[in-house]
Amino acid sequence: MEKKFILKVRNLNVRLDHQSIIENLSFEVKRGDTLTILGPNGAGKSVLLKTLLGLISYRGEIEWAKAIKIGYVPQRLPFIKDIPLSIKDFFDLKRSPEKETEAVLTSVRFREDFLRKKIGDLSSGQFQRVLIAWGLVRNPQILLFDEPTTGVDVSAEETIYNLLAKLKGERDLTILLVTHDLSIVYKFSTDVICLNRQPICYGPPQEVLTPESLQRLYGGEVGYYQHKH
Amino acid sequence: MDNQFLLSLIVGISVGGAAGYLGSLMLSRRMALVAGPLGHLTLPGIALGLMYGFDVSLGAFPFVIFGIVLIWLFEMRTKLPMEALTAVVFASGVAITFLFLPIEQAEATLVGDISKVRFGEAIISVVLALLLFLVVKKIYSKIVLINISEELALSEGINIKKYNLIYLGSIALIVALGVKMVGGLLTAALVAIPASAARNLSGNLAQYAFGAMVIGIISSFLGIFFFKLTGFPAGPLIILASTLIFLISLISITFRK
Repeated sequence: MEKKFILKVRNLNVRLDHQSIIENLSFEVKRGDTLTILGPNGAGKSVLLKTLLGLISYRGEIEWAKAIKIGYVPQRLPFIKDIPLSIKDFFDLKRSPEKETEAVLTSVRFREDFLRKKIGDLSSGQFQRVLIAWGLVRNPQILLFDEPTTGVDVSAEETIYNLLAKLKGERDLTILLVTHDLSIVYKFSTDVICLNRQPICYGPPQEVLTPESLQRLYGGEVGYYQHKH
Repeated sequence: MDNQFLLSLIVGISVGGAAGYLGSLMLSRRMALVAGPLGHLTLPGIALGLMYGFDVSLGAFPFVIFGIVLIWLFEMRTKLPMEALTAVVFASGVAITFLFLPIEQAEATLVGDISKVRFGEAIISVVLALLLFLVVKKIYSKIVLINISEELALSEGINIKKYNLIYLGSIALIVALGVKMVGGLLTAALVAIPASAARNLSGNLAQYAFGAMVIGIISSFLGIFFFKLTGFPAGPLIILASTLIFLISLISITFRK
């Protein structure tokens, strides 16, 4: 059976401050897919996610499946130190029932007593896991991740990606992931978009990530290697 | 206890409580700074109210709205930091006032005068303060999320423009109500100090918001009470009472660490 569409994008163009950031991008996401958006810094990856969320104006078409619930995990949030916000408070902002908050926190490997802890007292890795958990409550069908491991140390980074893989298995999630890390693409994605303002490649990573496309994407700065699984 | 004192106390407590509660939202995103210039900008309005004998809050309100529109426009057009913009508005308010303010009216304009509040004014102030409390309660969690991250708020389907407008309107109202109590110079302190003290004392959002409101109420009570005892103007006494509570909260932090 044909898998259901979650998102269709056609001829997307985004301009910011009189500069073209994304040009003529078209792609589709089906239920259960993990689509990675790969590209160097400044390639328009985060802008793409924000455009999909409706935060930035655009030309072209963005069509989401009806009544879709989207979870969003931003690249980085400034630490919340201005006000005393406990983790429970943070989840209450999303009207997450306490039972669900506890369950989600457990699935990102926090103990339940973490609820009372202040957000301002967390390490950056812990805070990132809290953000992922926040994206997960209230059962989104699709998660948009913007470089979920920015500013997180290497061991925490591995934890976060393993966590993503685990959660995806548990929850029938569709994932849209922004990264500049090639190894993540092979490990986790069903499809990849190489983006450097213009789309450079689009398709299953094993097929479309050729030395030529990577050369065009990164301008020859990146050594090419392919994971064999 | 005489009626006039009771009336002042009731107005003081309700406006002080509402200001503390709203102030707890304004501490993030450094909005507390905005109340200062807005307070100063109301000075011409207060002066007009005193000179022609109408409610100073009524005189202040159009000036606050004008100030908010001005700040909003500046921010949209120039992208200068909010602090720089508010400083422009701030100084203009004071400058205009001193062009025409009679010197005998200066004290009430600058530091407020709640001691002669009339019955009708009192009722209106209390009703508006209660209304403000309910509105702020309604928008509280949305504004907190917007302050944390506009992107997260938008991904939750929150209409940021709408909530920011209600939020700014609430700030305008509390400044207009506050100037009657503490004058144009001290309004920022009415919103900022209780929230700062509550922040030092609380471990979560509910304690913080409720704490700021309670500290606002206690400060107003103490300020007006000591005005009755000493005859010093109530406005500065209210602010000093909240400063004292803030200092105590600092000590409590030091001991906790």
